[in-house]
Amino acid sequence: MNLTLQVWRQGKPDKKDGNNFTPGGDGKIVPYEVKNISPDMSFLEMLDELNEDLLRKGEDPVAFDHDCREGICGMCSLYINGQPHGPETGTTACQLHMRSFKDGDTIYIEPWRAKAFPVVKDLVVDRTAFDRIMSAGGYVSVNTGVNVDANEIPIPKSIADEAFNVAACIGCGACVAACKNASAMLFVSAKVSQLALLPQGKTERKERVEKMVAQMDAEGFGACTNTGACSAECPKEIPLSSIARMNREYYGAKVTSKNA
Amino acid sequence: MQLDSKIPDGPLAEKWNRHKFDIKLVNPANKRKYDVIVVGTGLAGGAAAASLAELGYNVKAFCFQDSPRRAHSIAAQGGINAAKNYQNDGDSVFRLFYDTVKGGDYRSREANVHRLAEVSVNIIDQCVAQGVPFAREYGGLLDNRSFGGAQVSRTFYARGQTGQQLLLGAYSALSRQVESGKVKMYTRSEMLDLVVVDGKARGIVTRNLITGDIESHSAHAVLLCTGGYGNVFFLSTNAMGSNSSAAWRAHRKGALFANPCYTQIHPTCIPVSGGHQSKLTLMSESLRNDGRVWVPKSKEDAEKVRTGQLKPNNIEEKDRDYYLETKYPAFGNLVPRDVASRNAKMVCDEGRGVNKEGQAVFLDFRDAIQRDGKDVISAKYGNLFQMYEKITAENPYEVPMKIYPAVHYTMGGLWVDYNLMTTIPGCYALGEANFSDHGANRLGASALMQGLADGYFVIPYTVGDYLARMPYDKVPADHPEFKKAEQEVAARIKKFANRVDGTKTVDEFHKDLGKIMWEYCGMARNKEGLEKAKGMIQKLRADFHANVKVVGDGNGLNQTLEKAMRVDDFMELGELMVDDALNRSESCGGHFREESQTEEGEAKRDDENFSYVAAWEYKGENQQAVLHKEELEFENVKLTQRSYK
Repeated sequence: MNLTLQVWRQGKPDKKDGNNFTPGGDGKIVPYEVKNISPDMSFLEMLDELNEDLLRKGEDPVAFDHDCREGICGMCSLYINGQPHGPETGTTACQLHMRSFKDGDTIYIEPWRAKAFPVVKDLVVDRTAFDRIMSAGGYVSVNTGVNVDANEIPIPKSIADEAFNVAACIGCGACVAACKNASAMLFVSAKVSQLALLPQGKTERKERVEKMVAQMDAEGFGACTNTGACSAECPKEIPLSSIARMNREYYGAKVTSKNA
Repeated sequence: MQLDSKIPDGPLAEKWNRHKFDIKLVNPANKRKYDVIVVGTGLAGGAAAASLAELGYNVKAFCFQDSPRRAHSIAAQGGINAAKNYQNDGDSVFRLFYDTVKGGDYRSREANVHRLAEVSVNIIDQCVAQGVPFAREYGGLLDNRSFGGAQVSRTFYARGQTGQQLLLGAYSALSRQVESGKVKMYTRSEMLDLVVVDGKARGIVTRNLITGDIESHSAHAVLLCTGGYGNVFFLSTNAMGSNSSAAWRAHRKGALFANPCYTQIHPTCIPVSGGHQSKLTLMSESLRNDGRVWVPKSKEDAEKVRTGQLKPNNIEEKDRDYYLETKYPAFGNLVPRDVASRNAKMVCDEGRGVNKEGQAVFLDFRDAIQRDGKDVISAKYGNLFQMYEKITAENPYEVPMKIYPAVHYTMGGLWVDYNLMTTIPGCYALGEANFSDHGANRLGASALMQGLADGYFVIPYTVGDYLARMPYDKVPADHPEFKKAEQEVAARIKKFANRVDGTKTVDEFHKDLGKIMWEYCGMARNKEGLEKAKGMIQKLRADFHANVKVVGDGNGLNQTLEKAMRVDDFMELGELMVDDALNRSESCGGHFREESQTEEGEAKRDDENFSYVAAWEYKGENQQAVLHKEELEFENVKLTQRSYK
C-alpha cells in the first residue's frame, strides 16, 4: 500500500498552568508519503517506517508516544482521521492494523487536543493531569502489611465483574480527546465506580469522589454534556453508565458534605 | 571477590522470620531522615516506593514513561501464584517452594525461593485490600486456575489482565503517597548513571526526556526496579521502551551481573509475520489449560497447510501429533515454558511448522469448545481471542491459533544477596532486574509474585537494616562524584547526538544485534555458534559507534537519541550473555546447550560442575568480564533430572 500521511508537527510546547493555557504556536500539518506498507503492519509500525525514512534523509522523526504495543499500557495517543485511536472500535492505535486502510488513502494524524493535555512535541502530549486526579483520591487507603485473609471479603461475582469492567481503563485519554468539551468524566468515573462498587472502597467513597472531581475541575477539563463520544471511542469500552454512577456518588457525597 | 549471599542460619522455614527479627530497625521518627531512590515503577518499584513511603522514608521515584502506571508489568496477562490452598488440592508453602526450585532447574537459592513462597499469601491479601478485582466464583470467593509446571490450582487472576490490575493497585498505593508528599514522582526521567561515593551507592544521574536536562539526585540508598533485558533480542514481548540501561550502568559501577544467559523463551506467542515487526505479542500461558498443542504428523501435510492447500480443521485426528500430550503424559500441555518452547522448535525444525515461514504450531480450542461450549471459553479467554484476531485477522473460535516461542523474560540480572542488595552497598535490585528467585527457568505466574514480594514484603525490612547503620548526613548533589557522573553522561550524549553523517539507523543496528542473539544465543546454543556470535557482536558494536545515525541533539525530546544509548548498552550486555552461555557448557532450564542433552533430547544438567550462580564483574570497555561463582547449596530439595513425563 502507498499512503499519504498528514501529520501534526509542533516544535514548541504548549504551556499549561492550572486553567491557563498558551499554545506553542508553531504547530502545523505536514504531508508525507509512505510506500510499500504491508496490511499486516500495525499503525505504529507504519509510523516506524516513516521515521526510518525521515532519519535516513537526515530529518527530524515524528515524536509519538508508545510503549507496550499490545493495547494495555495506554501510552499511545493518536488522533487518526478525526477519531482517537483510529477507525476500529475497542482498539488502541498500537493494535490498529493497516488492513483497516486502503491503498492510496490519505490519513490525518494529530495529537490529543485538550487544554488539560498540552502538546509536548508533535504527537506527544502531557497527561500528568490524570496522575494528579488519581493522587487526589483514586485508591483505598490501606498500608502494606498484614491484611485480612482475601477470602474474608466475599464479593458477588456480578459485582466483581462489573468492577472489573471499569477497572479495565488504561488511562490513555481517548475519552478526553473524543469529547467536544474535553471532559475527563469517563476516566474519573471509571475509578470512582470501581471503588464504589467494591466493599473495600466503601469507607472513603464520599471523600474520594469529591476530591477527584475537584482535581478534575482544577486541571481545566470541560464539563460533561452526555454526548457519549467518550464511551464510543474508548479502546476498553468503559460504559457510559459509569458516569451516571459517578454523578450519583457525587450528589450523594454533596448532600452530607462539609464542602458543599 | 568473595560473594556472600547472607542467607540466614536455621531451618529453611524459619530463616525469613528469624532474619526479620535479627536485622536492625529504624526508629519511626528517624525514618524521615533517610532518602531512598526507586528507579522504575512496575510491580517491584511501585510496591517498594509506596511501602517505603508509608513507613516514613522520603522516596524519590523515577520512570521513563509519562506515568508510573505504564510500566510493562501492566502487560502481564495470566496470573499470580500464591500458596493459599483455597482449592483444597494439596498446595502448601513448601509445595510452591518445591515447584519453583524444580521449575528453575535447580539453579536458584533455596532460601530466597522459600521466602517468596511464604509471602505469596500476603500478596493476595494485600491486593484484595487495595481493591484489585480478581476473578471470583459465584459464591463470592476467589477463583484459581492452574499454570505450567504445577499440578495444583494456585494461580489468582483478573481475566487476562492480571498484571494490569496488580500494577494499578500498586500505582494507586503510590499515588496515595504522592498526595501525602512522601513520594516525589519524576516521570519521563531516565537514569543514566549510578553515583557511588566512598564505596556506597548515593544517588543517580538522570536525563529529563522532555527538556534534556541532566539532573543529580542524592539519597541514602538506591533501588533498581528496572525490569529485564529481553529487548537485547530486538523482537520480544517487552515494551518498546523496556531497557537494561539502569542495571547495566550499575554493573559498570561495580554491581556484578548474574546468569545473564538465562533467558526465557515463552512458548505461546503470535508468530513473526515480517521484517517490519517491532514487537511480539504473547498469548497467555493460561490458554494451555484448554488449548491443545499440535502439528501434523507428516511433513507433507504440514507443507500443504503452509501453502494453504489443506485446512487444519480438515486434518483427521489420526494425522495430528499432539506432541506434548504424547511425550509428557503427566503434565501434557502444561509442561513448563522451556520444555514447551524447545519442543515447538524441534517439530518446526523437522519441517512440520504450520505458517508460511514454517515457524509456528497450532494451539487448538476445538475440543474445549465442544466440551464446555463457546460461552465458557469466551468468558475465560475472550479478550485474548479478540487480541489474537485483531493482530492476525483469524478467528480462533473457528480455526486453531498459530503460536511460536518468543523472548519473554530474563531470569538473569544483577546479583543480589538475601537482602536484595547488589555488590555495591546501598544499591538494591528488585523484581526482574535481579537474578535471585527463578533459577534457569521461571514458572508461569511467578513474575508478578516475585515483583510484589520484593516490593511489598522484602525490601521494607531489608533496606531498614542497611539504613539503620547509615549516618543521616546527606551527600550534596553537587558533590564531585555527582559532577563527574554528570560530565560523563553529558559526554556520552554528545557522542551520540547530531550524527547526521551516520549510515545506519539505531533500529537497523538493534535488529542486527537481535538476529545474532536469536540465532546463536536463543532457544538452543552451542560452543561454535557462541564463539562466532561474540566476534560478530564486537564488530557490530564498533560499527555502531562509528556509523550510527542520529538526528538532533540532547536539548529536548529526542527519541532516537534515547534509543541509541539503550542499544549501546544492549550491545555490551549481549556480549556478556554470550560469555555466560559459553561458560555454562551444561544445559539447564531456558539455557539449552546442544552439547549437553539426554538421549531423548531433554536438557541435561551437570550439577557437579555447574551448580553455581555465575556472577560477572565488569572490567572496562572492551575488556573481558571476570567470572565469580556463588555455589548453590541444596539442603531441602533433592536434585533430580527434571521430568514432566
